[in-house]
Parts: sequence; C-alpha cells; structure tokens
Amino acid sequence: MSNRPLVQMTLAWIRGFYREPEAIFWVFGFPIVLAFALGIAFKNRGPGEMRVGVLRGAEDSAIARTLDATPALAAGVLDSATARTQLRTGRIALLVLPGSPIVYRYDSTRTESRLARLEVDDALQRAGGRTDIAVVHDDRVTEPGSRYIDFLIPGLLGMNLMGSGLWGVGFSVVQARTKGLLKRFLATPMRKSEYLLSYVVSRLLFLVLEVIALVGFAYWVFDVGVHGTMMALGICTILGSFSFAGIGLLVASRAKTIEAVSGLMNLVMLPMWILSGTFFSYARFPESMQPFVRALPLTALNDSLRGVMIDGASLAGVAASLGIVAVWGAVCFLVAVKIFRWR
Amino acid sequence: MTAAPPSRPPAIRCEGLVKRYGDVTAVAGLDLTVAAGECFGLLGPNGAGKTTTIEILEGLTPADAGLVQVLEHAWNGGAADRLLRERLGIQLQETKLPEKLSVEETIRLFASFYPQAQTVESVLAVVELGEKRRAWYSKLSGGQKQRLAVACALVNRPELLFLDEPTTGLDPQSRRQLWDVIAGFRSQGNTVLLTTHYMEEAERLCDRVAIMDHGKVIALGTPRELIASLGAEHVVEFTLADGVAVASLEPQLRGLPGVGTVRATDGTIALTATALHITLPALTSLLEQRGHVLASLTTHHASLDDVFVAITGRRIRDE
Repeated sequence: MSNRPLVQMTLAWIRGFYREPEAIFWVFGFPIVLAFALGIAFKNRGPGEMRVGVLRGAEDSAIARTLDATPALAAGVLDSATARTQLRTGRIALLVLPGSPIVYRYDSTRTESRLARLEVDDALQRAGGRTDIAVVHDDRVTEPGSRYIDFLIPGLLGMNLMGSGLWGVGFSVVQARTKGLLKRFLATPMRKSEYLLSYVVSRLLFLVLEVIALVGFAYWVFDVGVHGTMMALGICTILGSFSFAGIGLLVASRAKTIEAVSGLMNLVMLPMWILSGTFFSYARFPESMQPFVRALPLTALNDSLRGVMIDGASLAGVAASLGIVAVWGAVCFLVAVKIFRWR
Repeated sequence: MTAAPPSRPPAIRCEGLVKRYGDVTAVAGLDLTVAAGECFGLLGPNGAGKTTTIEILEGLTPADAGLVQVLEHAWNGGAADRLLRERLGIQLQETKLPEKLSVEETIRLFASFYPQAQTVESVLAVVELGEKRRAWYSKLSGGQKQRLAVACALVNRPELLFLDEPTTGLDPQSRRQLWDVIAGFRSQGNTVLLTTHYMEEAERLCDRVAIMDHGKVIALGTPRELIASLGAEHVVEFTLADGVAVASLEPQLRGLPGVGTVRATDGTIALTATALHITLPALTSLLEQRGHVLASLTTHHASLDDVFVAITGRRIRDE
C-alpha cells in the first residue's frame, strides 16, 4: 500500500508543503489572524450603551443623572468646546442643551444618533412625569448565528479552501515543470493520471487541518458553533477542497514559470474574493449580476458552508450549491488532464 | 572489456536519426548501435546534439525522422512503452529533485513507480549515501545530489542506464565516486549509454565512444583505436616568442623524425609524435637553426580531445 506511486507522490507534496514555514502561516495562521481581527472589530456590543453629552448649564447634572440611569445611555456633562468636538467625531451620539425648550443636537443621518434621540427623549419625558398608557412587555430573541462573526467564519473557511487549493496545487505543479522534475517523472513508468490525482489527494490532509484549525478557533474564541452535522461540514469541505484543487490544476496546466502561474492564480481568485460573499453578503450586488455571482465556485461553497454551519442544513438542503462546486472541480480537472503541458 | 555473447541483440539501434528545432538541426542523420553489456560514450562539445540524441533514445523527445530501437522496442506512445520504462534507468542532465525531501524519501518515491524496485537500503549502499539518508536534497553537495540522481536511475535494477553528463561540474573525488558506481553497474552485465565532454571519463569508462559534432558522428571506435588513428602516442604543443607565421615551417616540421601530423591554430603548433626522445631534440635544433625562440612547449599523451582536434580543428572543451 505505502509503496503505491499515488501514496508516495501525495506524501512528497505534503512534505514539500509543510516543510515550508511560510506556507504554514498563509494556510493556517493567516485565516486565524483575519478571523480574530475581524471578530474583534465587528464584535456585537450587546445591549450597548450610547454615549450622550449634556452641555454645561442650568440643571445639567440632574439631566445627566437621569440619562445615566437609563440602561441604554451613558451621559456626562461637557463644556461647549469639548462637546462640539466629541459630537463631530462621533464620540457622543447626541448633545443635550439644557433650558427651555430642551434642545437635542445630533446628526439625523446617523442611526445611532437617532436611536439616542428616542432614548434620551423617552428618559427625560418620563422623568418629567409622563405616564405610559399601554402596558407592554419585551420579549428579546437572540437568533443563533446572527452575529457578524457567525457569518464570517464559513466565508473565511471557503476562502481558505480556495487559496490553499489553488496555491498548493498550482505552485508545486509549475515548480515541478520548471525544475525538470516533471520530465524526470515521465522517464519512469509513472501513470500521468496518478500524478495529477496525487495533487488532489494531497489537499485532503491539509483540508482536515485547515478546517480543524479555523472552526476550532472560532468555537473556542468566538463561540461560533456548527449547527449542522460534522458529517455534512466534512463533505462540504472535502468537495470544496477537491474542486479548488481541480481548478488549481487547470490554472497550472500550461504555465511555464512561477510568475505566470502567480498572475493567473490572482486573476482567478480576485473576482471571488470580492464577489463571493466572504466578508459581506453578495446580495448587495445588483440583481443583474446575481446569476454570475451565484455561479462562482466560491459563492456556491460559501453558501453550502453557511447553510450547514449557521442554518444547520442537511446535505440535501445544500445539494444545489454543492452541485455547482462539484461541477467546477470535475470540469476543470478533465480539461486540465487534456491540455496539461508535460514538457 | 567484456565481450557480449553474440546471441544478445543490441541494446540500442538507431538509423538516420533527425531532429530539428526551427532552423537548427540538432541531430542530422545519426546512426548508432550499442551492444548489450557495453559502456558506450557520446562525446562532443556543447551543442553537438548529445542531449537531444539521448533524450530521443529515452523516448522523451520524438524524432523527426529515423528509426530507434531500445531493447528491441520502438517508442510508440502505447502501453508497451511503460513496460520498456521499467527496464531503463535514466539520469537527466538538469533535474532538480524535490528540495525538501530527504535522500531516503526521494528514493522511496522513485521506487514506487516500479514493480521490481530494489530496497532503499541496497540503493543507498550502492551510491554510498547511507549517512545522508535523512538529509534534504537541498542540503546535499553537488556530488551527493548527482549520486542521488543516479540512485533514482538504478532503483529499478535497469538493464540499460542512460547518463547525461553525469559528472559535469563535479570535483575530481566526486567524479571518481560516480565512476565506481557506473563501473559496478556494468560489471553485472548491464549496458550504459553516457554523454560527456570529459575525455578522461570516456577513456576510463567506455568500451566504445562516438565523437559527435553538429549532430553527426564524426568518429567511432574504442578510445584506444581512436587515439591510435592519430598515428602517434604523444602530442607536442609549442608557441614561438616572435609570433612568426608558422606556415613556412610546416614542411620542415613534418619532415622531423617520428612526427605524424602538424597543426597550427592561433599561433600554437601541435605535433603528434611516436617517440618524444627522438622528436624533441630534432625540433629544438630545427628551431635554433631557423633562429626562432620558444615561448612555451608542453607535451602530453594523446587523448580523445586530440582526436577531436585532428578531425575538426577545434577543441571539445573550448565550446
């Protein structure tokens, strides 16, 4: 078994990869750093307190006390210069000018400021003696997977599978070609199909490590869960990884230099980085672009990963997206086999 | 020399081989027969067509015209090609093996392609890389890299070994180590075809050599026969201090006792001589008579390089 050419070639590519420290960082470290940075930056602020200011004047501290007692608000008394600066730079959402009438100074185009306007007004009116007529009760719902980080992690996973599949395969194929290794292999009774297949298979081991690293990290640090089965997640990632290995093989099938293949890789990946909904929903693109965007392999992979991780979809539920992923991989692999430059 | 039993068919036969790259004719109608069990050398300057020829024979480059038979098989792109490959050992001139694989891993990788591969241990022993088994390819010296390349070629116990400039760029010690490996392989009755531009290598290893120039064989025979064709065992080379035109001297030089051929290139005059103790005193007295002063004089045993010079007027290594 271990003397099979497929096993030995696969091992050779895997070894060549993990013995390259930079490669390890780009495959495992980079997505985690990215997830961490974006996770922190877009961390939901929970119920969140909005900062508001009260201009120094009559009864300023009484107003500030009232506002500060409201859970949604944090208020402080400011002199006029500081208040102006803080309002302009967004440090405070709204400035209260005590007097009669009380004036609310805020930027009405900012959502947070408008929210602050409602909260402040509500608090001051109640303190002034207004009574509520209808009896209401809040029933707060937290949708699982509704945070930005929940959206982000499956996208990063998809993007990572794309990057490592394309680079991992494309780079080492072209390197083998430029260094004469491909020619040397041709001088042996090696089967060409096994050579090509070995690259696709070598992606498997990395796939397992990549998925564990990123999903594990997201669970541990951000409490991002997988709502579908691990089996479904596994099959999605395996299919995605095979598919991008096939695309990588196609990209590398003719290139004679590392520079040429690098250019091609970026050309292939750039549209998907932007369009495929890794960092934000692709629904933001105009309706006319949607069919194109949805046909991209990364879009389809991201959709199936989000389906499984966020919505807990079964494999049948994401079958349409997975189908697109599989077709891309199979077609690219077959074309690559046909047009591959062996010398 | 081990004489092959007459019943064994030739290991390689090619007739009228032609290969063109655009306007350049790399191989121009080459005929060659390599007997089973012999070590055959293709000798010639860079650009003579040695590598193109050997890669056609290896089935890596298609010929434009001509007939090629390797171990009685013609390359045809079919399933039989794979069976033939199992019987060949090939070292290419410029192969960089995977940088980050160890010696052992590289041999195991190549062994996996062959059903009848020998063990990693036995190949390591043959090329004496046992101590380096865990070293990465990128960490090996030039000589060790080349021995690993040969190890990969030997891993399937081939009947026929192709070596394309196996020792180019190596230090003398590494070169001798490789020669031992090649000689050991031959001693088991196997066939070797190698290209080289080192005369010493050809004289030392090869039963027969073909000297190539401009895509053709210009001389063929055992190294001893080829050197003997010069008609003398020694070569005397000298230059004159005053740099006079030597054309006028040529008839007299030819008339000196024991002198075979006379050749002048760029002010250096080369004579072949059967016996130095007779020719040298006669030469110096002739020059003295004519009033010429020697700027330099060297002698060496006639080599294959002198054969190449005698035929083409150029040196192999200068190209």
